[in-house]
Amino acid sequence: MEAPQEQWPDAVPVVRPYAMTSGRTTPVRGAFDLISIVLATRPPEPHDGLHPESAQIIRQSQEPVSVAELAAELDLPAGTVMVLLGDLLSQRLIVTRSPTPARGVASRPVLEAVIHGLRTL
Amino acid sequence: MDSVRSDAAPVVLPTAVKILIAGHFGVGKTTMVGAVSEIRPLRTEEVLTDAGIGVDDLSGVEAKTHTTVAMDFGRITISRDLVLYLFGTPGQDRFSFLWDELASGAIGAVVLADTRRLKESFACIDYFEERETPFVVAVNCFEGGERFTPADVQLALNLDPGTPVLMCDARDRTSSRAVLVALLQHVLSLPV
Repeated sequence: MEAPQEQWPDAVPVVRPYAMTSGRTTPVRGAFDLISIVLATRPPEPHDGLHPESAQIIRQSQEPVSVAELAAELDLPAGTVMVLLGDLLSQRLIVTRSPTPARGVASRPVLEAVIHGLRTL
Repeated sequence: MDSVRSDAAPVVLPTAVKILIAGHFGVGKTTMVGAVSEIRPLRTEEVLTDAGIGVDDLSGVEAKTHTTVAMDFGRITISRDLVLYLFGTPGQDRFSFLWDELASGAIGAVVLADTRRLKESFACIDYFEERETPFVVAVNCFEGGERFTPADVQLALNLDPGTPVLMCDARDRTSSRAVLVALLQHVLSLPV
């Protein structure tokens, strides 16, 4: 069984992250990591029936934004944000671009572009 | 239902790449992230379950069932199509399993080191060597720290001769960028 919830760390929101995701810890759709880039497919609407956090994700992702940035802006654990994003993806309210696979990550041109950028920015 | 891309037809989402800034507690990871990031370093949290059991050396503190680990990160927009993210990894050994998720997909890592506490860099170095994640060692030159040459550090850390060692000032943007460039060049020099 779970240990007492009093063990929950300090400085948590009033609504606990698991409650926000109905206890789910894995997204229903899509695979996200911290640098998955997310973009809303439409502008925010005042009465779209979304939970406040999901509505905030739609607002924050009008321009491409990473999962890490969303989590920081919403002040939620990244895992919670990924579950919410999975729901939004299945509702086609966002599109996403997953990061490159684990190994052999970035191609040579990408690496060279990053070097060039770091030197000239 | 694989219409994720077609939904996005007119939009090109940027490619995101990441570099890890690793090192022991207090070595200057967040300082380096802040020095090069175009945004104030942000903080994201992961809630871990059963963290620390068996490896928690905070004597007298009971192992928590839930532990929150904070990671500071920054961003450098290279172009419209390419964004670099820098993640400061949590310093404690007991969170090293979290690094797996962070290290996955990373271009490589900067191991920040302090010559006054070189031994504390071993855990990071072992981790990246075992994972075969490319890394460079950047010695953050603290005032009052003894001056060593890169060769001294290479020897003291028992590094593979191919692993670059640089001296840096993590507070300084130019110096920290040079470290990132050195890492990327190191990655490019490795056999594919």
